[in-house]
Amino acid sequence: MAAPGEKIRGAAWVTAVVAAILSLLSLALFPSIANGEVLISRIEWVPQLGLNLTLRLDGLAWLFAVLITCIGFLVVLYARYYMSPKDPIARFHALLLAFMGAMLGLVMSGNIIQLAIFWELTSLVSFLLIGYWYHRGDARDGARMALIITGTGGLALFVSMLVIGHIVGSYELDDVLASGSKIVESPLYPVALILFLLGAFTKSAQFPFQFWLPNAMTAPTPVSAYLHSATMVKAGVFILTRFWPVMHDHQLWFWIVTYTGLATLIFGAYTALFQRDLKGLLAYSTISHLGLITTLLGMGTPLAAVAAIFHIANHATFKASLFMAVGIIDHETGTRDVRKLSGLRKYLPFTATLAIIASAAMAGVPLLNGFLSKEMFFTETAEFDPNVFVNLSLPIGATLAGMLSVAYSIKFVHGVFFGPPPTELEKVPHEPPALMRRPIEILVLICLAVGIIPGITIAPYLAAAVHSVLGADTPYYSLSVWHGFNLPLIMSIIAMVGGAVIYVPYYRKLRDIDGVPLTRGLMGQRVFERILVTATNRWARHLVGAFGTQRLQPQIFVVIFLALAAGIAAGWARMGNLPLPQSFDPVLGLVWLLGGISALAAAQQAKFHRLASMILMGGAGLATCLTFAWFSAPDLALTQLLAEIATTVLILLGLRWLPKRSPVPESTPMAARLRRYRDVALAGLVGLGTALASYAIMTRSAPEGISDFFLANAYKEGGGTNVVNVMLVDFRGFDTMGEITVLGVVALTVFGLLRRFRPASDSAERPEQQRVLDDYAPGSSENVADDFLRIPALIMNWLFPVVVVVAIYMLMRGHDLPGGGFIAGIIMSLAFILQYLAGGTRWVEERLRILPLLWIGWGLLLALLTGIGAMVLGAPFLTSAFAYADIPLIGKVPMATALIFDLGVFALVVGATVLMLIALAHQSIRRPKVAGSNKPKQRAGTDKWN
Amino acid sequence: MELTLAIAIGVLSASGVYLLLRPRTFQVIIGLSLVSYAVNLFILSMGRLRMDAAPILSGADADITNYADPVPQALVLTAIVIGFAMTALFLVVLLAARGLSGSDHVDGKGD
Repeated sequence: MAAPGEKIRGAAWVTAVVAAILSLLSLALFPSIANGEVLISRIEWVPQLGLNLTLRLDGLAWLFAVLITCIGFLVVLYARYYMSPKDPIARFHALLLAFMGAMLGLVMSGNIIQLAIFWELTSLVSFLLIGYWYHRGDARDGARMALIITGTGGLALFVSMLVIGHIVGSYELDDVLASGSKIVESPLYPVALILFLLGAFTKSAQFPFQFWLPNAMTAPTPVSAYLHSATMVKAGVFILTRFWPVMHDHQLWFWIVTYTGLATLIFGAYTALFQRDLKGLLAYSTISHLGLITTLLGMGTPLAAVAAIFHIANHATFKASLFMAVGIIDHETGTRDVRKLSGLRKYLPFTATLAIIASAAMAGVPLLNGFLSKEMFFTETAEFDPNVFVNLSLPIGATLAGMLSVAYSIKFVHGVFFGPPPTELEKVPHEPPALMRRPIEILVLICLAVGIIPGITIAPYLAAAVHSVLGADTPYYSLSVWHGFNLPLIMSIIAMVGGAVIYVPYYRKLRDIDGVPLTRGLMGQRVFERILVTATNRWARHLVGAFGTQRLQPQIFVVIFLALAAGIAAGWARMGNLPLPQSFDPVLGLVWLLGGISALAAAQQAKFHRLASMILMGGAGLATCLTFAWFSAPDLALTQLLAEIATTVLILLGLRWLPKRSPVPESTPMAARLRRYRDVALAGLVGLGTALASYAIMTRSAPEGISDFFLANAYKEGGGTNVVNVMLVDFRGFDTMGEITVLGVVALTVFGLLRRFRPASDSAERPEQQRVLDDYAPGSSENVADDFLRIPALIMNWLFPVVVVVAIYMLMRGHDLPGGGFIAGIIMSLAFILQYLAGGTRWVEERLRILPLLWIGWGLLLALLTGIGAMVLGAPFLTSAFAYADIPLIGKVPMATALIFDLGVFALVVGATVLMLIALAHQSIRRPKVAGSNKPKQRAGTDKWN
Repeated sequence: MELTLAIAIGVLSASGVYLLLRPRTFQVIIGLSLVSYAVNLFILSMGRLRMDAAPILSGADADITNYADPVPQALVLTAIVIGFAMTALFLVVLLAARGLSGSDHVDGKGD
């Protein structure tokens, strides 16, 4: 066991190495996609339905892949120092890797169904990561809210993908992107668009769905930096960009996307200004920047799309570094509350410098990357539009949002790093380990490099991404820092000055204000919570009250009644004219006269005379068994007979723990009697229905089934003449594999339940019969078999080897004659049970070591290995090979690998049957603890069974 | 012949269903067993009834028209074994419930 510290390092190392390899791989792929080539790798799954695993890497996907892997790598490095050794660190790293995989799958999906699936996967992992500290209520609430919002959006997106696939006639992304104006011209376009936008807007936290993102800030800060600013929330704008070429050319798109984006942009920036929690401020800032990107994509011009893609990359770099800086502040001071923080510049000089540069990028200060894309945004909003409203609202809204974002950036920098030294902190902050700052340094360096020399840093990568979206429509755009003194620059200046004007006079108020003025009533969150409470609590309670019951009988009644109704509805019309019976077999008639009477009598006796009822049930079972033999199914007859014996022993063992029940002479109440009549009526109808259905089917000729295939190929392909057995161990071997697994699971469950078995107090005493014997001669109840069954017991003892030989014989010949693993297995277990009956539990276990758990384990393993053996030889799982071997004295013996599989079945059936029976039998010889009493258990002798 | 088996299936399922609706756990177990007999016979009858049809192939060049349908048989064979396991599991659940609640009523309360 490694020390906790080592484990952290181990988990972090694994993740870091994976992330580093992935980053290098993505970076290395750039030359291949630089000239517009699209890399595709396809694994076919159900090509007939258009369902394939297609990975497709073009410029846009590449840009995202690099952001995901590189920022992922930096976040892992950062988290190495951020996370506390007390946190379950392996889970954190595992989820981080899972997220990276899901997100890469999303951006590289070449199939739109696959895209929707990866989309949901990112929501799921995000849920787990937000709820990482699940002992905290706010983390659980935030996680649930994020999952419900983004998951619902994902569902809408999935449907829209189906609609788009329907319009285009293909689910391959290549076909969709090549479909030209087909989608926009389709009458289904509005449906597809609304659903599509629901998906994109919920994921990218667009108004009015933005409220989940601030609540997701309960996640550890590395997660916030990675998922909730740099990558996952970008999935929404990613998909807008991805489908932009085929969907943007429509008025609906323009109005909805542009103005949702603009509303989000302004709302986010405005709300950010009033946040006390630094992460809350960054969260609203993220919302605002996502709104900016959405606005750009809504405008529909190629240049706006270029700006959007550029801003996606820029925002990811500066926002991730800011989140990491806030994480350091939180780590060093113990708080993220802006009211408690101030003057940290003196304590954290390096972190302060880095955070100030990143905030400047966020505010759009020149010579930083944020400035470039923001200028492009301003340029686009200032473009002339014939519509007066558009012409005014876009530039004014953009400038207003610019002012607000400058103001909140100043608030962040000034409030935290400047001013008097903090007084309310619990500890004196100091710089974190240099390595914790390294990721921030790298990101800030990128901000500077892109901002100062864009032409030689970002240009080729941006060009590839832009080209993959716009193709031949790629416009000319300039990345230079200085465009001359023009309208966008004026807007920028107004924003800068305006931001300062907003902040400076009011900074004390902004710092202490509680809540957001004006929009306080606009609480999407409150609406969401009310809906949630109503739907999952109040409505659910009403529904349960109206339709639910704790009682089993009404539930079973409804189930059977519905099944009957469905059967009648389906079968009534197809019943047709039933032919009169053609033949009657008096012997079979007699068998079933007895069998039917047994069944009815068993039903009647089950309440008060359990033993009689069980014997009568056996009578019906025997009739069933004879019927199997009658209609040419010897394997079934054998199995039925053996299972019947095992069931009987089992129930006999259980009877002892049931309460004594004798017929009450007093009359049954009217309600109970009515209920009984009702049940008799329902049971009668079900019986009539099944009888009619089976008669109708049996009197028609059989349809062309698959049986002929098995009959024709059993010998040729499977090497056996017992077709039923060949099917079980060869053709349908995988089914059998599943079935024996179920059998093993059931046996273990029985065993597990019985280990903690507590009998009811009135059954805990030893049975009356044993007490009578002991009163007569003390200890005689221990040797019942010897006293009462001496001769049968002797015969049973001697029969043991005979029965074992019969079992082996049945196993060996199963492939060609009736027999096989199931039958042989039950015979073998009966051999053991006979010994228990003859000698008593203690006697047997002193002489014979039976290890049913091992039988189960080896049986399953053997069956599995046989299957894998076939795979190793290049054939599908569980393919059988066969030959006939000539063994001296015995003669020609079929040797098929299926026999080894059947041996596994045999071992498992032996183990499972013996385990169930013996575990139950052992309850009678232990001195059980009575339910409810706390007396220590007195172990009686031998008991590994309890 | 078909009629006999149809009536048998009907009687078995009727008695089984009646027992499933009873309040005592032991009744439900017996009921389940009876229903599974009925269902197994029902599945077997899907392959149509054939008396004296050979279940075992006589060799590679056997004429496959004279054989019993193996598909329902393979289905029923595993169903019988699983049915046994199910009975065992329910029996143990019944015993455990009786130990916990002191009652053998299916709802675990009252008497």
